[in-house]
Amino acid sequence: MSETTPAKDGPTVTQATLNKKAAPKSDYKPADVSPQRRVQRSFAVRLWSVRHSKLLEWFYAKFADTFLLLHPLWKGLGYNRVEGPIKFVEKRVKGFMFDCRMCGQCILSSTGMSCPMNCPKQLRNGPCGGVRANGNCEVEPDMPCVWVKAWEGSQNMVHGDRILTVQKPVDQSLRETSAWLRVTAQAAAAREAAATKTGASA
Amino acid sequence: MIGRQRDENPAGIHLPLDPLPGHTSRGRLERVLRRGEFAVTTELNPPDSADPEDVYNRARIFDGWVDAINAVDASGANCHMSSVGICALLTRMGYAPIMQIACRDKNRIAIQGDVLGGAAMGVANMLCLTGDGVQAGDQPGAKPVFDLDCMSLLETCRIMRDNGKFLSGRKLTTPPQLFLGAAINPFAPPIDFRPHRLGKKIASGAQFVQSQYCFDVPMFRAYMQKVRDLGYTEQCFILCGVGPLASAKTAKWIRSNVPGIHIPDSVIKRLEGAQDQKKEGKQLCIDIINEVKEIPGVSGVHVMAYRQEEYVAEIVDESGVLKGRQPWKREIRRDDQLVADRLDHILHDEITETQVDMVKTAH
Repeated sequence: MSETTPAKDGPTVTQATLNKKAAPKSDYKPADVSPQRRVQRSFAVRLWSVRHSKLLEWFYAKFADTFLLLHPLWKGLGYNRVEGPIKFVEKRVKGFMFDCRMCGQCILSSTGMSCPMNCPKQLRNGPCGGVRANGNCEVEPDMPCVWVKAWEGSQNMVHGDRILTVQKPVDQSLRETSAWLRVTAQAAAAREAAATKTGASA
Repeated sequence: MIGRQRDENPAGIHLPLDPLPGHTSRGRLERVLRRGEFAVTTELNPPDSADPEDVYNRARIFDGWVDAINAVDASGANCHMSSVGICALLTRMGYAPIMQIACRDKNRIAIQGDVLGGAAMGVANMLCLTGDGVQAGDQPGAKPVFDLDCMSLLETCRIMRDNGKFLSGRKLTTPPQLFLGAAINPFAPPIDFRPHRLGKKIASGAQFVQSQYCFDVPMFRAYMQKVRDLGYTEQCFILCGVGPLASAKTAKWIRSNVPGIHIPDSVIKRLEGAQDQKKEGKQLCIDIINEVKEIPGVSGVHVMAYRQEEYVAEIVDESGVLKGRQPWKREIRRDDQLVADRLDHILHDEITETQVDMVKTAH
């Protein structure tokens, strides 16, 4: 619950206003940035991705299949050897499309193609209670709430109900690693486990 | 009335209650809610001091009017006495605190430690929150942690309680016995996602929820309808957040400056039209309580009267939500009273006895 500042007497001032007033004066005035904001940029591409979440969902399914088909290649070359170049590409592609933060455990398919790590609170399970009436973030008033967008995006998707699954906390030790390769390796392992299981039962 | 009250451990007010079947905690709030009584909770304004009396004085005004007191965890990202500290003081005196845990300031290592520490002190209720962003408070340069979010925090507490394990899988020798809570805000976008979000919180372990300030009853009613349709009211106790507005000016200020609090124009118009705005704000709060208590699925109210705490008793009394029931109240025990009476006699009665006199009277 938010704390409300007293309004018993006199004009009311927010703590944020006081902070701003107390800041040292100089010619260089940075825009309102939160500690998490990496760069000041427009949200156009990110919002495009959310609007086209259905297309991206279809595309990613095909893409993941292709990556899984290439599993022998990755394995032959060595997963740790291909990680460098793959990560290079993944970081730039996803960075452009979704403002990806390289948490290394991508859940874009469960969040309507809106990256939850762009939330200043890095919430992975839904919007906080502070979303403004216009649907913008409470911390960064110019940014549309990533979870409002996630809900919109998930409504278009075939597996949009994945937004209702509870996500585990982020494993910080996986930061700056390739989610694509991890998912592929895990899918390959699951496929092999299933194959040996059916082989054993047959 | 001197003697043992309902929901009090006869061996000492600071001790946990007997475990009951179907209860996950040994606290008073869970008992009240599971008995089907209309619960009243409130928030303690945390002091900016190291004096325990400040906490006790602020808790005393709620005596006999509320079932549990929220110990806030640096709400609005402003520094205050910690929720763990407030809980340590309150549990000593037999109060039933709801320990708030915000994800903003602590990582999963600190949080799990605090859950154990709180439970060991006798805290039966924990409220899992995400927390406001640091820029809202008096320390905007602080590093925001947000290692867990409210949902994974709930799940962590549930795993500790039910599986007797840390998040890492390491075993606890004695798991905490907790009644887990969460916050809901039915008044912020995306409105149609909000009931599903409650579902997610229940799936993560929420047993009771407290809502953000409700000033728009039709909106809350629509939310509750959706929640009932999804069957969540059977799995979770919902407490509606209410509070008095000091004036129309405050209301306008809150509306434009505190994200997540929705105040409709009709409320501001009503306050502006009143002679005594403060009184009208209190009356508005009572009217809202009377409306929400009739909504099926509402199990109680959470009265947040920031800097107007003295009104909580009046609001609860005048709305009649307790229906004559008196929540636990700190009282002098029979033996303490006996000692106090004797001491009083020695201190105040003018008796100067010499040993010779005492021998004489003994005969």
